[in-house]
Amino acid sequence: MRYEAPLTTPEAVELLASSRGRVHILAGGTDLIVRMKGGFIEPDVVIDIKRIKDMHVIRKTAAGTSIGAATSCGVMGRHQALKKAWPGVVEAANLIGSDQVQGRCTMTGNLCNASPAADSVPALIAADAQVLIIGPKGERRLPVEKLATGPGKTSLKKGELVAAIELPPRKTRSADAYLRFTPRTEMDIAVVSAAVNLTIDRKNIITAARVALGAVATTAIRVPAAEKALIGNTLDEATLAAVAKACSAACKPINDKRGTVEYRTRVAGVLAKRAAQAAWTRAGGKA
Amino acid sequence: MTADTKFTGQTFKSVGTRPLRPDGIDKVTGRARYGADIDLPGQLVGSILRSPHPHAAIRSIDTSKAEALQGVKAVITSADLPDLTNGNSELFDILDNCMARTHVYYDGHAVAAVAAVDAVTARKALKLIKVDYEILPHVTDVDEAVAKGAPVLHRKCFTQGVEPKPRKPSNIARRSEFGHGDVEAGFAKADVIIERTFRTEQTHQGYIEPHACVASISPDGSGELWVCTQGHFVFRQHCAELLGMDVSKLRVTPTEIGGGFGGKTHVWAEPVALALSRKANRPVKLVMSRDEVFRASGPTSATSIDVRIGITKKGRITAGDATLRYTSGPYVGMWAELGAMTAFACYDMKNVRTVGLEVLVNRPKTTAYRAPSAPMAAFAVESVVDELAGRIGMDPVDLRIRNAAKKGTQSSYGPVYGPIGIGPTLQAAKEHPHMSAPLGKNQGRGMACGFWFNFGGQTCTDLNIAPDGTVALTVGTIDVGGARASLALVAAEELGIPYDQVRAVVGDTSTLGYNDMTDGSRGTFSSSMATIMSARNAITILKERAAKMWDIPVAKVAWEEGCAKAIGKKYGNLAPLSLAEIAAAAPNTGGPIAGHNELVADGAGVSFATHICDVEVDPETGRTQVVRYTVIQDAGKAVHPTYVEGQYQGGAAQGIGWALNEEYVYGEDGRLQNAGFLDYRIPVCSDLPMIDTQILEIPNPNHPYGIRGVGETSIVPPLAAIGNAVSNAFGVRMTHVPMSAPRILKALDEAEEASSTSTETA
Repeated sequence: MRYEAPLTTPEAVELLASSRGRVHILAGGTDLIVRMKGGFIEPDVVIDIKRIKDMHVIRKTAAGTSIGAATSCGVMGRHQALKKAWPGVVEAANLIGSDQVQGRCTMTGNLCNASPAADSVPALIAADAQVLIIGPKGERRLPVEKLATGPGKTSLKKGELVAAIELPPRKTRSADAYLRFTPRTEMDIAVVSAAVNLTIDRKNIITAARVALGAVATTAIRVPAAEKALIGNTLDEATLAAVAKACSAACKPINDKRGTVEYRTRVAGVLAKRAAQAAWTRAGGKA
Repeated sequence: MTADTKFTGQTFKSVGTRPLRPDGIDKVTGRARYGADIDLPGQLVGSILRSPHPHAAIRSIDTSKAEALQGVKAVITSADLPDLTNGNSELFDILDNCMARTHVYYDGHAVAAVAAVDAVTARKALKLIKVDYEILPHVTDVDEAVAKGAPVLHRKCFTQGVEPKPRKPSNIARRSEFGHGDVEAGFAKADVIIERTFRTEQTHQGYIEPHACVASISPDGSGELWVCTQGHFVFRQHCAELLGMDVSKLRVTPTEIGGGFGGKTHVWAEPVALALSRKANRPVKLVMSRDEVFRASGPTSATSIDVRIGITKKGRITAGDATLRYTSGPYVGMWAELGAMTAFACYDMKNVRTVGLEVLVNRPKTTAYRAPSAPMAAFAVESVVDELAGRIGMDPVDLRIRNAAKKGTQSSYGPVYGPIGIGPTLQAAKEHPHMSAPLGKNQGRGMACGFWFNFGGQTCTDLNIAPDGTVALTVGTIDVGGARASLALVAAEELGIPYDQVRAVVGDTSTLGYNDMTDGSRGTFSSSMATIMSARNAITILKERAAKMWDIPVAKVAWEEGCAKAIGKKYGNLAPLSLAEIAAAAPNTGGPIAGHNELVADGAGVSFATHICDVEVDPETGRTQVVRYTVIQDAGKAVHPTYVEGQYQGGAAQGIGWALNEEYVYGEDGRLQNAGFLDYRIPVCSDLPMIDTQILEIPNPNHPYGIRGVGETSIVPPLAAIGNAVSNAFGVRMTHVPMSAPRILKALDEAEEASSTSTETA
């Protein structure tokens, strides 16, 4: 196995494009190293992006906020401005693993690992985030929900890497929230999860909303029917019931060691309802 | 038991205090050496090839390509571990489990092993071994295994314990029965009878340290083994017998142990490491991965238990009957038998019967897990007892007090009890503030009792007085929970010296006579008895030496407060001689001073506990959190109360994990789906409340200090206590452990459906 630690993004892209065999990118390594040690993958080349300075930056841009691909979730959790603007995204990122894992793991890694149960992904979809992809043909941007195409699979092309995740500018009276169900309090993986991001006007009417679910399909999914149920309404019992119903209806889960179809479908609705309530309260909504 | 080991009711100076443990600093700083921390010059890496199939015949194994790989020093199969068991079927099962012979019986069963210069080469070599399997039908579920038409694991398995011998083979390897009285006559006297079936899933002990050892066999036939184990003498015995060695020629040195809970009472990979070392003529280190630990070592039984209990309106149990089916993996065990013995052990019953059935399945060989088999039986019985209390409108604690076994009761498994702690733990529970604390929304409270036998066994210790008068205590029982601290306290107590002048260590197999392993909560019980006797033997010599130094008759020397004192009018004015002074003079008074003892520690004294637990259930997700937990248990005498509390808390924590989340999940293909701590969910700290403890001290009459074992009983009540709490919160009876969120949500739905149907019909 060859280990490379480039200092710049172009070098990383060049290495990625020119390397043969099984090439893996290493950021936090909290998925990659575990899989290597377990004998599930045997990479020929590992490209470590942690030494690329740009990849560690959280910065305001004209288009919103950019989070470098090697930024650890622990760093995100200590970034006050980010937490204030995107509490749901940060709480999702901060649910991954344990304190020790938080010091290494990255949201981009969580995204590119392409697990349907990844914690940060529903929150990013609800946030309308996009990824900045850099490859041999230059830069391109892609909505987050289009990156993962199935369990462990992404739409990245040969030689491409995700350099940053970009969050849109934040409007006033907006907030997001993420909730997951796990049997344990921590050190666990979502059996089902839900994220809601919404904006409300002064009359407590929801003017914009995005809803996403995790661990109920082959990728995290957006639920337009639940968004429709929210927009134009206040968050009353009827709205919440409609959100729960829409979310349960959107589920296409599987039975596995972590949960049943029946359980996931039902609890997706419960979590979406609770996430909507949390986002609403954070945004200053009053019944 | 001899007159010497009787309880005398003495007062204590050291025993009952809470000094720091001698192994503490090394453990928290990382200096302590565990199984995988031992390294020898020239050492190879051992690795085991395991079956991916739950049941198959082995047609052939081709190791030639692996042997040809550069860096591979040895490849072994069952041919390198020939059958030397000479008709000992228990030992044969251990051998077959360590290295499959004609068949593989579970996903993870070892079929071959390699020793190579490094881990990468070893892994590569495993991939080059070709095993030709003939796949056979499998069965992993306990109820399916006993159902008609189930695939039979062994064609020569005819249920033992049944007369006449069955004509057809089956997966029920053995039947056992216990009880007394006339059960049907008892049921005829009952006003209320409840009959239910319960299921518990298979759990693993979940020790954090995987099995690890370093084996080295010399061409002269002698060998050494460094290993994390609960019983190095037992490991030596099994390994020597399986490898055809003289027992004394194999020296086994135990390392620190990162948890065992029964799972390290059994050899899994050690004979393989020794066979690899013998073939390669180099030391071999073998460390299991977590995946291997789950797939191929130690789980407890999955069970299916039918219970029927009858009671009068006034709350007197008239009869109890239970049939207990316990999986034992592919080899016969005594797990259902232990369940059958413990099921009704808390109660004074005129009519009782229990039947245990050992069920063979395509799962790893069952081994002991902390009070093995008792938690599942207690879950079934204590759930029905609680339900009966509700049915007759009696407080569940009062009902249990009414029926509790006491001194003179004939136990459900046979013996008549001496002084026991079930009544006092129940009384303490009744009076405990936890019992009357208010409950919040969606919360429920449950309680349950538990029993464990405890064990004594063969024990041997050495107590050597160093030239400076400090004391080196060598014991042969592994310290799994603070025993070195406790035994140093006991030696200090007996010798009348400060705790910090005693250093207790666990000796290797060449330093002491045979010791049984640390199981059956015997470590502190039995080794403290042998330590007391060793100290008394040393005191005898110390007094002789003092008499010599003073030149007075030894009868005129007493031992008090760490000193020899001359007694009587004639000699009473002599200044006392301290332990240090006598030790310093030893070269001139007869040489080194030591006390030895070998004994069979009889009279362990049975153990009882009562637990109280509050849970909070999220009715929309079924998620259950234990919000308050209290353990009340009899310790006889708590030598080091902190470690007694630690045992109470640890057992409760494991029981909580078992009750709510832990289970082996098998796929349709018979493969284990969750062989790792991500999906096999032992509780993390934030899953648990602070577990409160109350130590009762009802002296064991058969121990000089009144000590009883305390390690295991605390895992017995939690399954039932939590089941009762959830049941009480929502008026549903939980009958399937673990009570995972999906199972609880389903039970809540069914209860709601039932109540709406009954409202409609009303």
